[in-house]
Amino acid sequence: MADTDEPMVVDGGSRDGGEWDGRWNHINTFLERPGPFTHPDFEPSTESLQFLLDTCKILVIGAGGLGCELLKDLALSGFRHIHVVDMDTIDVSNLNRQFLFRLKDVGRPKADIAADFINGRIPGCNVVPHFKKIQDFDESFYRQFHIIVCGLDSIIARRWMNGMLLSLLVYEDGVLDPSSIIPLIDGGTEGFKGNARVIFPGMTACIDCTLELYPPQINFPMCTIASMPRLPEHCVEYVRMLLWPKEKPFGDGVGLDADDPEHIQWVYQKSQERAAEFSITGVTYRLTQGVVKRIIPAVASTNAVIAAACATEVFKIASSAYIPLNNYMVFNDVDGLYTYTFEAERKENCSSCSQVPQDLHFSPSAKLQEVVDYLTENASLQMKSPAITATLEGKNKTLYLQTVASIEQRTRPNLSKSLKELGLLDGQELAVADVTTPQTLLFKLSFTS
Amino acid sequence: MAATKTAKEQKYDRQLRLWGDHGQEELENAHVCLINSTASGTEILKNLVLPGIGAFTIVDGHKVSGEDVGNNFFLSNNSIGRNRAQAATELLQELNTDVSGNFVEESPDKLLDNDPEFFHRFTLVIGVQLPESTCLRLGSVLWNANVPFLVCRTYGLVGYMRLVVKEHTVIESHPDNALEDLRLDQPFAELKSHIQSYDLEGMGKKDHGHTPWIIIVAKYLEKWFSEHNFQLPKNYKEKEAFKQLIRQGILKNEKGTPEVEENFEEAIKNVNTALNPTKISSGVDDLFNGEQCNAITSQTPAFWVMTRAVREFVQNDGGGNLPVRGSIPDMIADSEKFINLQNVYREKAMQDASVVSKHVESLLQSVGKPSGSISEQDIKLFCKNAAFLRVVRCRSLAEEYSVETVNKDAITCSMDGADGEMVLYLMLRSVDRFYQQHSRYPGVYNYQVEEDISKLKLCVNSLLQEYGLNVSVKDDYIHEFCRYGAAEPHTVASFLGGSAAQEAIKLITRQFVPFNNTFVYNAMSQTTATFQL
Repeated sequence: MADTDEPMVVDGGSRDGGEWDGRWNHINTFLERPGPFTHPDFEPSTESLQFLLDTCKILVIGAGGLGCELLKDLALSGFRHIHVVDMDTIDVSNLNRQFLFRLKDVGRPKADIAADFINGRIPGCNVVPHFKKIQDFDESFYRQFHIIVCGLDSIIARRWMNGMLLSLLVYEDGVLDPSSIIPLIDGGTEGFKGNARVIFPGMTACIDCTLELYPPQINFPMCTIASMPRLPEHCVEYVRMLLWPKEKPFGDGVGLDADDPEHIQWVYQKSQERAAEFSITGVTYRLTQGVVKRIIPAVASTNAVIAAACATEVFKIASSAYIPLNNYMVFNDVDGLYTYTFEAERKENCSSCSQVPQDLHFSPSAKLQEVVDYLTENASLQMKSPAITATLEGKNKTLYLQTVASIEQRTRPNLSKSLKELGLLDGQELAVADVTTPQTLLFKLSFTS
Repeated sequence: MAATKTAKEQKYDRQLRLWGDHGQEELENAHVCLINSTASGTEILKNLVLPGIGAFTIVDGHKVSGEDVGNNFFLSNNSIGRNRAQAATELLQELNTDVSGNFVEESPDKLLDNDPEFFHRFTLVIGVQLPESTCLRLGSVLWNANVPFLVCRTYGLVGYMRLVVKEHTVIESHPDNALEDLRLDQPFAELKSHIQSYDLEGMGKKDHGHTPWIIIVAKYLEKWFSEHNFQLPKNYKEKEAFKQLIRQGILKNEKGTPEVEENFEEAIKNVNTALNPTKISSGVDDLFNGEQCNAITSQTPAFWVMTRAVREFVQNDGGGNLPVRGSIPDMIADSEKFINLQNVYREKAMQDASVVSKHVESLLQSVGKPSGSISEQDIKLFCKNAAFLRVVRCRSLAEEYSVETVNKDAITCSMDGADGEMVLYLMLRSVDRFYQQHSRYPGVYNYQVEEDISKLKLCVNSLLQEYGLNVSVKDDYIHEFCRYGAAEPHTVASFLGGSAAQEAIKLITRQFVPFNNTFVYNAMSQTTATFQL
């Protein structure tokens, strides 16, 4: 192929619709030829390409570092019906790796610009953008896709997606209907590290089965920040968390906007003062920004690798050409290039995919606050701001909800009440809603003595 | 000027946090040559242009074909028939206006015939989808000119990289899990007297609970030494006993129950690593014993002059130890105690670095070089990273390919797990052999697949025989490689693009450690392997 001027004739001639000779030569071998390592279900045919081009619908979540790469990879692998969801707008600091964006695009929605670029560069490709949050869509939207591939930067969003696809599963007499499974390919990167995984909801390990692989982010202890700083980071956190609310430097009710350089400049100066007070060196503008924005370093290369691995899996699954990755690959190129591929196991009692009712064991005299703490701190649950409701005396009662200020205020006193005081009974069902899942989780309250 | 710097700093912010401004400067001073702007090549370049490489030059004599456009993001269908180097340069250039893009419409073989020194000007040459003969010719030229050469190819679902560099030194290897340099087993004088300034038993409750764990371990170690003949706790049992000793030091309230003293818990947790004897790793020892370190001349690169200077320090001033690194991890403590302790380590590090500096001075003088030719800043950075120095030396392609020097052991051992990545390497070598014989790759056309299988098998066998390799290659792989038809699927090219670009960045910035020397990616199983061939 590299050294012949004649295009490789695989079968048939050119296709119509803006096609040209040889366009799909590099992928046709995998679709039209039998081979010793193909998936047992694979049947070589000239129609597979048509399926990819005309019928297969892929959803890409995220149009950032991984998303841009994914869109390119999929478009050049024969996929034409691609939707992309991203709620963000373009920032200058994206330009070192999110190659579908230029300086003139700063401030515009990522999904829109990414779709435009791909559609312009790859004739026939139809990327449909959605400048939205994933939570803005319901089952009817997600159900239309054959495969969903995520390039997200948030564990919460991943878990939500995971929950959504689990909610689409249809069981008939306890048997999973395979046509209700939408495979989820998930990629993640951080500096020179990354991972790619393949999830068949209801069949393989889901995001929550391996939640412990993502340890909860450790924040600095309050007493360190308030009175015993030792590192430059502690000084910045002091200014962000304690000084800003006190001094309100840009006016009443004006919160710290991490993207506003003036705000960062103020934090930087105050952090330097704080550091000087304690003889701490090392506060720089870059460090300040990094702490306030929780910046994770990123480069084009890692995103290219992980997205490519994910896109290869999408191709394998859509074409049945090969057995997909089973099911988790980690990558690290700090020292040489290292990968480790393993099968993440399903958790028997996974709170999301096991269909095993989750038990909550508490003494009747335990305070509701303890239940909330458990839901947020437990390594397998890691909820962010759980809202708990229960049916009491035939009526649905909100015990505690954090995300709406008025309801939070009203239900806050319940936190210091005991479960018995709140009228909860042994064996009672508690419904818990949280950003980490699109569906309410049901727990069974089990009183300990 | 300030405004431009800020704009660049903003754009590159996320990567500056990985390799710093000095790494970025190296990148911006580099000029990379890419041979063949196929999808693999343009993907590699994309990942160099985006982070701001100084310049690139594409060498490619091919015209753009329809199938080229099909898998390449940087070729459009209206460039079919045009020179591929030029077409790709245009779309790559558009990614980043900071970068200078150039092209040479010529085959590498022609350049090697007429002007081999053309390649001497580059910081790095990346050769993509090269036939074996061109690869070996180029390898020889670049080896003699000391220009690093990165060979890359995508072949069906297989990605391959080969790094060829004589000697690549790394000061900032940024190891993922570095042990701290605390010197608790042999505290230097200033650390000793600082430890002595603490009186754990006489302290008030607040101070007791905010004393750094390093001090706590040091104090209890003194106790332990006096009772154990100055021997460190060595095994599990002794370390547990030592931990117990510390635990007993936790303050108790009036009722006799222990208070919550997180600093003591930290001390206990860190016993396992904190008591590791301070010693020089075998890697660094090897550097000290190497030729380059022994024979310092006016041509010796700064890395080796500094290595020698550190060796002098170790032997004459450091009591057998490297200069103190000077950093300590964060720990529960009040600000003053922590900062004071940190300063003890920092000041010792500065002191040690200035002694190393004197050794650098006298070495430079002894070979007639000006004393400022290695900066204080560089020496400090070197001392800070002394425990993590790395040197990568790759064998030449000639050595890999010669029957006399082929690495038979590496190949045979890796073939034990007959389905690993080594069989893919052997297949790549075999299709190269096929190309030499038939001027084409196997299975490019449908009708060729069947008959090429037996032809390819002959190539495999002749390869194994020629090198005396007592291994067997399953027929399945021979079939699979015919099936590929030398296709270059975009996703595999893109994986390779990311991998190769980062290795290039490592070579250019001299930060992080490049692979040595053969990397194989299997997209079927999403597995990889690295061999030293």
